[in-house]
Amino acid sequence: MTAKAKRIFQKIKSNENLYFVITNKKILFGISLFSAVCLFAIIGPYFANYGIGEYVGISAPASLAAPSVDNPFGLTMNGYDVYARTTYGLRSTIQVGFIGSILASTIGIIIGLIAGYKGGMVDEILMGLTNVVLTFPQLAILIVIAGFLPYRGISHMAVLVGLVIWPWTARAVRSQTLSLKNEEHVNLSKITSNSIFSILFEDIAANMLSYIFMVFIQQFLGTIMATVGLEFLGLGPTRGVSLGMVMRNALQEGALYLDYWWWAIIPGLFILLLLFSLYFINTGLDKIFNPELREM
Amino acid sequence: MKKYFTKKLIIYFLTFFVAVTLNWIAPRLIPGNPVDTMLATYTGPAEGRAILERQLMVTFGLEGNLFEQYITFWRQILQGDLGQSITMYPRQVINIVRNNIIYDIVVLFPAIILSWIVGNKIGAKAGDDKKTDKFIMPVIYALISSPYFWFAIIVVYIFSFRLGLFPSAQAYSGGVRPALTLDFILVFLRHWFLPFFTMFLITLGQWAIGMRNMVIYEVKANYANYLKVSGARDKLIRRYAFRNGVLPQVTGFAIQLGQVVSGAILVQEVFNYPGLGRLMLEAVQRQDFFLLQGAFLALILMVLFANFVVDIIYMFIDPRIRVSYSEEGK
Repeated sequence: MTAKAKRIFQKIKSNENLYFVITNKKILFGISLFSAVCLFAIIGPYFANYGIGEYVGISAPASLAAPSVDNPFGLTMNGYDVYARTTYGLRSTIQVGFIGSILASTIGIIIGLIAGYKGGMVDEILMGLTNVVLTFPQLAILIVIAGFLPYRGISHMAVLVGLVIWPWTARAVRSQTLSLKNEEHVNLSKITSNSIFSILFEDIAANMLSYIFMVFIQQFLGTIMATVGLEFLGLGPTRGVSLGMVMRNALQEGALYLDYWWWAIIPGLFILLLLFSLYFINTGLDKIFNPELREM
Repeated sequence: MKKYFTKKLIIYFLTFFVAVTLNWIAPRLIPGNPVDTMLATYTGPAEGRAILERQLMVTFGLEGNLFEQYITFWRQILQGDLGQSITMYPRQVINIVRNNIIYDIVVLFPAIILSWIVGNKIGAKAGDDKKTDKFIMPVIYALISSPYFWFAIIVVYIFSFRLGLFPSAQAYSGGVRPALTLDFILVFLRHWFLPFFTMFLITLGQWAIGMRNMVIYEVKANYANYLKVSGARDKLIRRYAFRNGVLPQVTGFAIQLGQVVSGAILVQEVFNYPGLGRLMLEAVQRQDFFLLQGAFLALILMVLFANFVVDIIYMFIDPRIRVSYSEEGK
């Protein structure tokens, strides 16, 4: 090991959390898988041999459409490339999931911080609101609202999903705030008459960043699930392809009964891999942030 | 106890209020006015159009200013009047909803109960036993990572297409008439099995993970250590850990329920199985506002009712609340 590498290693080792992150097998596995799926969404489209709307060739019976070198994920019943649809669709779905979960986390963090810190009536009202939104079956509200929107772009979708999914963050952040708000440094900050804004964000939120990060991952999981579901119901973005839509088309055209399984099953596999990797990252992080669970 | 209950009731009431309000706002979100959209395809004489328009304005509750419309809407709902379906005219929405909600209940009720029991057992085992944990947790994570509809698609592909064991669509075959005969019940059960099975398997994972985390935490608690040093058998400790873990799982029930019902909508879509979710989707596609509103409201009421039942069960099984209840009764 060169001196420089040694120094870097020492530095990492001195930062305990980072050290555990890079030595935790679950996290490493999760991060690699997650990056691979994201990479597929980002650069996958450049490796597509055909465009989304490009007719490839005869695709019936199913044996002619099976996955091949030219079309790694096979063809649809009407002769389109499933690979192209999957990679473009994944891109759209991840975009919605990402923007939606940022929005949801922002709303959730603000509401959770205020409810936890202020307490009393403010807390009752905000938590009442949170519980109301939480009780609703999310997809049902999304159907009602999305069904009435004549045009749905990626940003519309993200806002829609984000607006129903924030309560999870709000509850989690509130309970953390409750346990942090009576700490010495917060009291000190209060005595020095710092603004409530600076108390909330610099003294409280800054001390639960790791926690917020984990909640963000969960929020992302939830957003992706909701997004894909909406897309599958035909209420996804009105233009372009999305993963849910690809599978919807497959099912509607009877792909399962004519044995075009690749068309209906491969696109969903990427959602599975994406969410699976995130669960692994989260359980790994859980061990790091809650030292009690660490195996020494 | 009383406070806990009042608080819950307020939440339920608020949820219902928000649901009704949302129901009222949604059709008004479309640019223009639903009546114009519906009349766009009208090709009769002009006087006819005027009469029709007037009639539709009344049925839609679009007369008067917004506040008056809102009040009318509430009055109708409280009278149990959900209006008439536009596409299945003149059937009452409430009857259509009643015919469909049965299917939600027969699939969801057994699936949720069974998955809760089995999921908790698996979770407790995984939390307690490292070997099982290593083997079963990745499977559980894969389960909860799969989108409901995708999982349903795979179930259809394997059990219906490949193995040909079960039919894959509808609640019963077209040739059979619903009746209380053995034949019909068998046909019904064969159609019912796959949606039920899918819902059961996919909701199982969430319970298993929750229970696993609870048990891991509980077996490290002081009382467990105390039991261990006093020579109690592992089985006993495990039982205590499980019982302590069950309570949060019951509370979690209420939170998960919304998710499960959302998932059921997707599963119904894959299996082409009737239910409120499918009804909502059909209503959206055909722009049948009353039907959409009615189905949505019924779905919310179903969830609220289930929450209410869970709350009552919780009160009975939580010794702390039970004790305070009996003391209050003195």
